[in-house]
Amino acid sequence: MAERAPLDYGKRWSLRLWLAATLVFLYAPIVILMAFSFNDSKRNIVWRGFTTDYYVKAWHNAALIEAFGNTLVIAVLATVLSTVIGTLLAIGLWRFRFPGKAAFDAAVALPIVIPEISFGVALLVFFNRIGMPTGLPWPLNLAPIVASHVAFCFPFVTVVVRARLAGFDRSFEEASRDLGASEWQTLRHVLLPWLKPGIVAGALLAMTLSLDDFVITFFTSGPDTVTFPVKIYSMVRFGATPEVNAASTALILVTILLTVLAMRLQNPARRPS
Amino acid sequence: MDDWRSRPVLFLAFLAPGALWLALFFLAPLAMVWLLAFGEKAGPVAIDITWTLANYQAALDPLYLKLFWKSFWIAALATAACLVVAFPAALLVSFASPRSKPLLLLLLVLPFWTNLLIRTYSLIAVLRGNGYLNDGLGLLWQVLRFLLTPVGLAGLAGDRFQPLELLYNDAAVVLGVTYVYLPFMVLPLYATLERLDRSLLEASLDLGASQWRTFWSVTVPLAWPGIVSGVILVFIPALGTFLISDLLGGPDALLVGNVIERQFKAANNLPLGAALSFLLLYATFAVLAARAWHGARAARLG
Repeated sequence: MAERAPLDYGKRWSLRLWLAATLVFLYAPIVILMAFSFNDSKRNIVWRGFTTDYYVKAWHNAALIEAFGNTLVIAVLATVLSTVIGTLLAIGLWRFRFPGKAAFDAAVALPIVIPEISFGVALLVFFNRIGMPTGLPWPLNLAPIVASHVAFCFPFVTVVVRARLAGFDRSFEEASRDLGASEWQTLRHVLLPWLKPGIVAGALLAMTLSLDDFVITFFTSGPDTVTFPVKIYSMVRFGATPEVNAASTALILVTILLTVLAMRLQNPARRPS
Repeated sequence: MDDWRSRPVLFLAFLAPGALWLALFFLAPLAMVWLLAFGEKAGPVAIDITWTLANYQAALDPLYLKLFWKSFWIAALATAACLVVAFPAALLVSFASPRSKPLLLLLLVLPFWTNLLIRTYSLIAVLRGNGYLNDGLGLLWQVLRFLLTPVGLAGLAGDRFQPLELLYNDAAVVLGVTYVYLPFMVLPLYATLERLDRSLLEASLDLGASQWRTFWSVTVPLAWPGIVSGVILVFIPALGTFLISDLLGGPDALLVGNVIERQFKAANNLPLGAALSFLLLYATFAVLAARAWHGARAARLG
């Protein structure tokens, strides 16, 4: 056996095996789910041959497609809104001091830490109590879900953007103002370019959180505003079918695609070579 | 930092949207539930806020206390399992070559980008009676029987393979929570192990401590902040989970989250659900306060 440095944990077989087992644990269920969405068998247990029937079936399931569309629309709207709100808040908290700031800071972090179920039931009560009009035309009927998603997404954006702001050299801002730039010009040409990676990362996080959310949506969706995860939940309760597998695979692929796309946008300088 | 009075309009432009959203869609809903917990049902939907403590009294009934206790244990077991699985993995990644490090880290956290519901659902196919794990075990059983037959010990393996009851029990819930929240444990552990001063580990090994002793006396204490963060990040959502126990747990595998959900969705006993929901919130705050206290003490002791 080759000599190895005592600290070279990266080369220890026991650790490598452990990591490999961890990855199998993490991926096997998802890979099996995706693979069996192509299985030509209703019972979903034994491999009977390749088919895309269940994708066709899922595609023709109007309720499922509508739910899928709802999920995407909600994710886009929630991402845009929470990115704007979260970024503004991060800059405001970075720039200004005001009485009660510590308490306000804690309140902004609260949606991140409290159990989702408590948040979910609170939103359910809230929208019932204020008498949210039902039967609004699409996409207005999605407003409560979008508002809820923004409420749990924008604090994450604020955290990410603030981390980026912490590294900002204030003298750039001062220089810009000394050179006669207005408040707006300074923000637009000095601060925002510096913040861009943080804003993109925050937006990406917000979008992922919105696409992934089940609990909050479960409590804020009505009979005519079903989202994809909520729809799948009701299908799963009736039993696991290849159609659910196919639909889940589609959502996994969309999420991964969007994530990769956003990562690309984040590092446009790094060309594949 | 500017004082807000120097540019009040700008100050409002930056902070008002977030403050309003927070007040309207977070604080107001929570305040409503807080009030509901002191309410009494006055009709099919109407609830009067009478400042009664009956709901909290009902929520502190041994029946629900047992439920809290069980939720606590399931969350604690799953958190411990996450820690045990994630620590060696995070250690390896932090010591991996700079080229493979980002890829390994991405692989460990990528499942986080998959929907919670889908990941929970994917476990059902693996765990159920005729699922893949049981199929694999059945195959193992046949091999074992085949090997034992020539030596006349086939009887040891039994006549038929009995599929294990892997799904719809508490163990499945613990496994599900571990599976779903593992990335939350990996990230903070990796972050601290990555920054860890390796010369301290080298010093320990040079001075004759064994790998084992170095691990327990140097690595673990240095990684403590990451361990605490990881434990909090897994434990809090695990304590309030309702989806995982709903899909993977048995009929009696109710956790606090499930009972809260039922009060609001099916049983329509909003005041009791509100009281339970706030007890869960207070438990969460207690965990966070313990962490803050722990952090302050660690800072004081240097």
